[in-house]
Amino acid sequence: MIRLEKRPEPSRFWTAVTPLIAVALTMVVGGMLFAWQGADPVEAIRTIFWDPIFNPQFAAFTRPQLLVKAGPLILIAIGLSIGFRAGIWNIGAEGQYIMGAICGAGAGLAFYPSESVLIFPLMIVAGALGGWAWAMIPAVLKTRFGTNEILVSLMLVYVAENILASVSSGLLRNPEGMGFPGSRNFKQWDATHNAELISGTGMHWGVVFAFIAVIAAYVLMARHIQGFHIRLTGEAPRAARFAGVNPTRIVILCLGISGALAGLAGLFEVTGPAGQISIDFNSGYGFTAIIVAFLGRLHPVGILLAGLLMALTYIGGELAQLMLGVPGASIQLFQGMLLFFLLATDVFTNYRLRFAAREVS
Amino acid sequence: MDLGSISVVLLVASIMVSATPILLAAIGEMVVEKAGVLNLGVEGMMITGAVVGFAFAVNSGSPMFGFVAAALAGALLSSAFALLTQFLLSNQVATGLGLTLVGLGLSSLIGKPYEGIKSPTLPKLDIPILSDLPVVGRMLFSHDIMVYLSLLLVVCVWAFLKYTRAGLILRAVGESHDSAHALGYRVVRVRFLAILFGGACAGLGGAYLSLVRVPQWTEGMTAGAGWIALAIVVFASWRAGRILVGAYLFGGVTVLQLNLQAAGANVPVALLSASPYLITILVLIVISARGAHGAPASLARPFHASS
Repeated sequence: MIRLEKRPEPSRFWTAVTPLIAVALTMVVGGMLFAWQGADPVEAIRTIFWDPIFNPQFAAFTRPQLLVKAGPLILIAIGLSIGFRAGIWNIGAEGQYIMGAICGAGAGLAFYPSESVLIFPLMIVAGALGGWAWAMIPAVLKTRFGTNEILVSLMLVYVAENILASVSSGLLRNPEGMGFPGSRNFKQWDATHNAELISGTGMHWGVVFAFIAVIAAYVLMARHIQGFHIRLTGEAPRAARFAGVNPTRIVILCLGISGALAGLAGLFEVTGPAGQISIDFNSGYGFTAIIVAFLGRLHPVGILLAGLLMALTYIGGELAQLMLGVPGASIQLFQGMLLFFLLATDVFTNYRLRFAAREVS
Repeated sequence: MDLGSISVVLLVASIMVSATPILLAAIGEMVVEKAGVLNLGVEGMMITGAVVGFAFAVNSGSPMFGFVAAALAGALLSSAFALLTQFLLSNQVATGLGLTLVGLGLSSLIGKPYEGIKSPTLPKLDIPILSDLPVVGRMLFSHDIMVYLSLLLVVCVWAFLKYTRAGLILRAVGESHDSAHALGYRVVRVRFLAILFGGACAGLGGAYLSLVRVPQWTEGMTAGAGWIALAIVVFASWRAGRILVGAYLFGGVTVLQLNLQAAGANVPVALLSASPYLITILVLIVISARGAHGAPASLARPFHASS
């Protein structure tokens, strides 16, 4: 009889190893999935995980994409992880990402065609504020009325998508776009273009901010009293209250940080890789970032690695779609499976297996 | 704006149709939550049910067969959630989210070859005599069988929870799993079955969307219906009767906004399209502000016999 026995404290070894096991399991099951669809499993896995970085033919093109895709994922996931640590489930990052992009782009477009150096910083601030404000809705509702932040933040994603559809064919539409939906292209407007900082690396301002966020989050969670309060609220809410931690403050803080970071990610995406506000510029980063946060064990450094890995599956997925005709949706499934296997193997972090005869109590 | 073009008879009839998927998913999720489990994967199970039901109905030519397959698919997907949360003791919130992501990916993978096909749909079931009544007949008694089954399901769930011994055990498990365990009830088994039931209901709801309501398969077609179902459970304070009220209310909002859009109402389209979500938020605020929740006491708390 196999029994689970709770560990006195989570195993450090298993905390580090479970993500690797989850990745390996995903590769195996994913390979079976590809085989079922008629693609060679070994080749598919190699195309997804190896070719984007090491294949001499595509790597020059795909390698920079790694940072382009990982930047927003890391930025959003860092924010989410802080909230998840406190037991505050903001799953509407996609909405905050969209609103950040709309607010930031709107602030910039108001000054078209000025070439002032102040415009881009202004847009960054507006983007962060837009995401922050959108996240404040579930935060304030939770603290004032006790509404469930999961449901509210998620409902707001759909509201944000409707707003995006509306502004991209209305308020922010390019007046010279001959009636097509979509805003002016930021790539053709130097003052606002979030260009590659070092040519051929994919490094843009969003990536820089993502790295800063990783370091700041590490300092906050490991070294700062506020981070301690956040962790305390998540692990022992009662103890946190006795210690004088104000739960309202924690909710506002956590949702505020995650909203602002998601908003930033949206702004950098829209001024850089996406180029313009359009109905479908958002590509689900807000949802994938949830996987990234968990895969990175809610730890800043882990998230950095998980973000890069997830970016790899995006690029590799596109490559596999192109080279092997694997459907694009299978990558989404692949990412979901990764989260599932991680949660499944996580049991070893908190419990140990005992092989013993059932005791008579 | 031409409000005269909106016919009340058609409006009520289409409210019943548009409420049914949410009703099915919500009543299933309510049973799950009554057993003390929070499954946030409703959206994923719904959309998987939608695509599986559609595929089976198209290939077999029988929509009923599609519904059965959808229920099985929903239950199968939910069994993964049950396995993770009940045996491997994973976090219910995270696992539910994962289930939704898996479901969305899986459904668009399965659904690719079925895009743009029309499915066989359920025939209208005119109830003899009643459907011949003026006005009311067309409104209430001329629907397909799933509408009536969903209403029957609500009554069954209500009676099950209120009057049967098994229903009492299920509620006990949801209120205090430690006490239920001490009394000798199999907490994990009860929860596992409840989760399977919830999955099957969500699958049926999804299939109703793709086979009757739309009836077509498009990627991401549930568009948050599963999340609205979750919100309705909160709205209903975990009571079967109020689930019915909630689902029909949201069905009403959805249909009304579509009718207003069609009638060219002088309101921005984005606001109308977002209104079901905005009203969900509004309702959540009102319900939460009132304080009395009636949530099962063990909701979303993991159970392990050793602790």
